[in-house]
Amino acid sequence: MATADLALGQPEGALSTRQRVTNDFSINVATVNGSGSQSANSVLLKSIFAMGVPVSGKNLFPSNIAGQPTWYIIRASKDGYVARKHDSEILVALNPETAQADVLALPAGGVVIHEENLKLDQARGDLFYYPVPFDKITAAICPEAKLRKLVKNMVYVGAVAQVLAIDLGVVESCLLRQFAKKQKVFDLNFGAVKAGFDYAQANLTKQDPFFIERMNATAGKIIIDGNAACGMGAVFAGVTVVAWYPITPSTSVVEATTDLLKKLRVTPEGKASFAVVQSEDELAAIGMVLGAGWAGARSMTATSGPGISLMAEFSGLGYFAEIPGVIFDVQRSGPSTGMPTRTQQSDLLSVAFLSHGDTKHIILLPGSMKDCFELSMAAFDLAERMQTPVFVLSDLDLGMNNWMSEPFDYPVKPLDRGKVLTAEDLKRLGSFARYRDVDGDAIGWRTLPGTRHPKAAYFTRGSGHNDAAGYTENPDEYQAVMERLALKFEKARKLVPAPIAVRDAGSKIGFLAFGSTDCALTESLDQIRKRYGVEADYMRIRAWPFAQAIHDFVAAHERIYVVEQNRDAQLASLLKLDLPAEQVIKLRSILHYNGLPVDAESITEVFAHQEGL
Amino acid sequence: MATATATPKVNYIGLPILDYRGGKSTLCAGCGHNAISERIIDAFFEMGVEPERVMKMSGIGCSSKSPAYFMGRSFSFNSVHGRMPAISTGAILANHTMTTIGVSGDGDTASIGMGQFVHLLRRNLPMIYIIENNGVYGLTKGQFSATADLGSRLKTGVVNDLPAIDTCALAIQLGATFVGRSFSGDKKQLLSMLKAAIAHKGTVLLDVISPCVTFNDHEGSTKSYKFMQENDEPINEIGFVASFDEIEVDYDSGEIYEVEMHDGSNLRLRKLLEDYDPTDKANAVRTLMESSENDEILTGVFYINTEKPTFIDQLNLVDEPLGTLPESLTRPPKPALDALMAALK
Repeated sequence: MATADLALGQPEGALSTRQRVTNDFSINVATVNGSGSQSANSVLLKSIFAMGVPVSGKNLFPSNIAGQPTWYIIRASKDGYVARKHDSEILVALNPETAQADVLALPAGGVVIHEENLKLDQARGDLFYYPVPFDKITAAICPEAKLRKLVKNMVYVGAVAQVLAIDLGVVESCLLRQFAKKQKVFDLNFGAVKAGFDYAQANLTKQDPFFIERMNATAGKIIIDGNAACGMGAVFAGVTVVAWYPITPSTSVVEATTDLLKKLRVTPEGKASFAVVQSEDELAAIGMVLGAGWAGARSMTATSGPGISLMAEFSGLGYFAEIPGVIFDVQRSGPSTGMPTRTQQSDLLSVAFLSHGDTKHIILLPGSMKDCFELSMAAFDLAERMQTPVFVLSDLDLGMNNWMSEPFDYPVKPLDRGKVLTAEDLKRLGSFARYRDVDGDAIGWRTLPGTRHPKAAYFTRGSGHNDAAGYTENPDEYQAVMERLALKFEKARKLVPAPIAVRDAGSKIGFLAFGSTDCALTESLDQIRKRYGVEADYMRIRAWPFAQAIHDFVAAHERIYVVEQNRDAQLASLLKLDLPAEQVIKLRSILHYNGLPVDAESITEVFAHQEGL
Repeated sequence: MATATATPKVNYIGLPILDYRGGKSTLCAGCGHNAISERIIDAFFEMGVEPERVMKMSGIGCSSKSPAYFMGRSFSFNSVHGRMPAISTGAILANHTMTTIGVSGDGDTASIGMGQFVHLLRRNLPMIYIIENNGVYGLTKGQFSATADLGSRLKTGVVNDLPAIDTCALAIQLGATFVGRSFSGDKKQLLSMLKAAIAHKGTVLLDVISPCVTFNDHEGSTKSYKFMQENDEPINEIGFVASFDEIEVDYDSGEIYEVEMHDGSNLRLRKLLEDYDPTDKANAVRTLMESSENDEILTGVFYINTEKPTFIDQLNLVDEPLGTLPESLTRPPKPALDALMAALK
């Protein structure tokens, strides 16, 4: 028995004597979508997390309901890296269609846990193979045929746990949490985990070097996805009107928001202190957001690229008529329909100038789960303070994948509802001019519909207007409004979330990046230091318009690498518009735009090449 | 000069009609839209609605300019082309305690705005939606709109060979709860209809034929003053008694269809078309379809339903406007966040 197992598990050559690899590898679970593997993957991820090992999970899924290949990649990293790893060492091959290609993609010395009858061990000689008769095991423990597809997923959880030395007791308690209050479901699922575990224990002999070992690097941390974090931010910002049109990958922003609103914002009398409207399209969604913002509500929508395109005209109205509203753009791969379930950071330029005419918008750029929460809250404050639509640019990687994070802090500052005149104010003032800059901050005072004073009303319009909100085609009056809007945008530099100097060691080389690129870049900077002895600085940008600190950072370095996930160097382009000419020449780009989340190796490789290292 | 100063006539809440007026109209002299603005002023004045409690919404076009010409003390939003429904929906969600009147045109509603229009109807959003319908695009100098009748002729001689969209039939079918058609030149009918509209809770769709004196008032047009004077066929005569009016009128109940409005006022529809029941949806649509085959322009209240819940009812919103709820009611307390965090650990 043992000999046979050895023959099965052992790769040829020296690889078998490789050193033990602990808490530093990726597991790629290859299935088909619609097979219900999500909860099994989640249990696996949370079990590793519960063992104190930093972990992240990325779902590479198709734009399809059922039957197409999907990969879920769980990365365990003792060093706390949470970006996608360029290669996964361990493959759980459950999809016959992709199994051959998945096996060929493994690095030498990798591991394949596969359905026994797939006969994958013929493909390559430099891997460790663990065949498991998943279907047979599942059939034996699950008499109900229609449940087998789901139960089978838990069998691989058991087998993987056994092979990688993941504590079965931990898996059990994670399952218990997942299926709290559903004893029967738990029993069935844990039975499956146990069957997979037992089979592996009795029939497979550990040959590969990969192990999960307990450590203490996740205590107090949470696991969450960016869309849930954004939704949470919106709710704790006191959102009252949500209008949206479903679109991948932003849908779960509104789902999370709605769930929380139902839980936290229903009065004892059963009335809702919020309205959520699924609108007829994205044009209507942003129209409702602006209508609500005009009438005083904290309003939001969530969308992705195609929805952003449809929101263009209204965005210009919001800018010119100065109406607050928050728009979440969870970016996906464009152009056009593009790859709806793949990530990218390619809406930056179109959002920055969304709409015709001289229009520009404040954009917040979350790069972590905490950012998703905090910048969402900041977006509502800024929208009302600056009286303008504010865009929050997340992406599919941040939004839909599982991330480890410090828990979120409760906001210390009260809501900033901006400059609103009440009837009492008007009694004192006598009258007001809606768009007049009386405080030198380039922001006028507004009134809300229903304010009971004869001078409270004004006429809101997207046509040319003067500072008293009157219709105008007068060149001077029109231009004065345009200049004040430009000044208001300038002033936003100091009000938007500040950039973070992630690394600041006085190097000649600086990196700039935003959003989900952060996790891969921080890992890449470690690689660059270890491999080439080069220490580089890094500033993470969190908003447009750019803060002065970003100008200072560029000025303080000889070369600036702008790392971003799009083809056209959109962040670098925005920087070029903003920086003085003598600074612009310092900028170099590292771009990643194949739809997969950027990984550290890809950045390191391009950097080394450009630096001639 | 020696005469005693006459006390200006004031309404139910003590305001003179001056407080309901707006800016000077920049539309063409004789434009039907100006007459409609006048009737809106009269209606809100006579109904004693506080101007500050009114939102005036519009899209783009000649019609959509008109909110600038009535009720200057009301809050106004002239939005983008065809998108008045979305802006209005948002504003009403933020403050459902306001009375909302929207003025759109046939292009703004039935062409570029059709997508949003039908969804507003479905939702029974509580607002008055007026279509100032002249069958042409005025600001771009006289192209046909989608409500132009089949066979009608432009000044240039171009004949419309596509059927008209009947926004009233559409509104009845899709869920509006007060649907009528009037003519800008019929002061009495339009005023009564507007007063009833103010009293109604739900979507009111009023299609008001409003001749364009510059581009569509010639022989061969079916939206001209002359054509309307000759072909206007009222299906009912509208009487409206506000809740604060104490007028008792004797009438033959067989001839009158009486509707008790949400605010306690009364809408009395004297039947001109035999046995017309304005609560019968299918019959209303059929009547409109049949009339379009003749050269008749039916006017009057086609459909009314005072029972159907509005969009605000369906959302079960708190009584106060969402827009001005205090932070204590909108930001959940710290223990709520702590509990969420604990569940994610």
